[in-house]
Amino acid sequence: MLLIKCPYCEDERPELEFRNAGEAHLVRANPIVDQSDDDFAAFLYFRQNPKGLQFERWRHIHGCGRFFNAVRDSVSDKFLTVYKAGEPKPNVEQLVTRGTTPAEAVVESPAPRTPRTKKAEA
Amino acid sequence: MVETIQATRLHPLQSGRTGPAAVSVTLADNATRVSLRARPDAVAALSKALGLALPTKPKSTAVNGSRAALWLGPDEWLIIDDGESNLVADLAKAKVLHSAVDVSHRNVGIIVSGKGAEGVVNGGCPQDLSERAFPVGAASRTVLGKIEVVLWRTAENTFRVECWRSFSPYAFAFLQVSARDIWV
Repeated sequence: MLLIKCPYCEDERPELEFRNAGEAHLVRANPIVDQSDDDFAAFLYFRQNPKGLQFERWRHIHGCGRFFNAVRDSVSDKFLTVYKAGEPKPNVEQLVTRGTTPAEAVVESPAPRTPRTKKAEA
Repeated sequence: MVETIQATRLHPLQSGRTGPAAVSVTLADNATRVSLRARPDAVAALSKALGLALPTKPKSTAVNGSRAALWLGPDEWLIIDDGESNLVADLAKAKVLHSAVDVSHRNVGIIVSGKGAEGVVNGGCPQDLSERAFPVGAASRTVLGKIEVVLWRTAENTFRVECWRSFSPYAFAFLQVSARDIWV
């Protein structure tokens, strides 16, 4: 099961306790009456859904009940980071270089695996 | 001479084990319960009114006599009191902004107790309930099967499961079946 860290519970919890709440960082125009219909439609209906990194809102609905934001890779389903609602967008480039991307994990894994197979043979 | 062995026939609803179940699933005594919500600046005054320090750390509880406060969220607690004291009147003494809703009759408490209780709850709860991740005194809102419950570890092998009353037949039956499957 996917474990998701809740920034309010400061704990990794099973995905069953969470609900996805769509794209994050959508800002409602103020005053909203001045907005054109196209801009309002873009705010209300149109979502990016990119392949790769997504900024999402999640709700720990069966836990603390709080909404928070997360950066998730929609290809690998890996959560790069989670942060409380209202906090600014984290720097994605920094996250990608700091966190192990799936490609790096594959490159690194054979090295520690080799001694284990030798032990098993002996 | 051919020796025949007679297999014992078991009813499908009967447990496979012969001895008594290692884990008991029983109903908790009636208790007063309050759903308390307040901002951080009101915590001190509410703690004083309740006679216990409201926990501010995630997944933690505070107990004083028959009264317990369970941290559910950054601004939310479940207060359970199975004694005679008047919880609602005590909270009314606090003159700070807060919301206290008496949910005594909304909730039903189920006690899961015995060696292997962890496994019984884990039969429907996906959380890590090992002593390291969920020590004695830990409490959290979580999932049991297809319902939401508040789980509180009161002792090493005892859990209190608080569910909504309309879900209680489901929760009770679920835990009983789960207890039947646990072999210690």
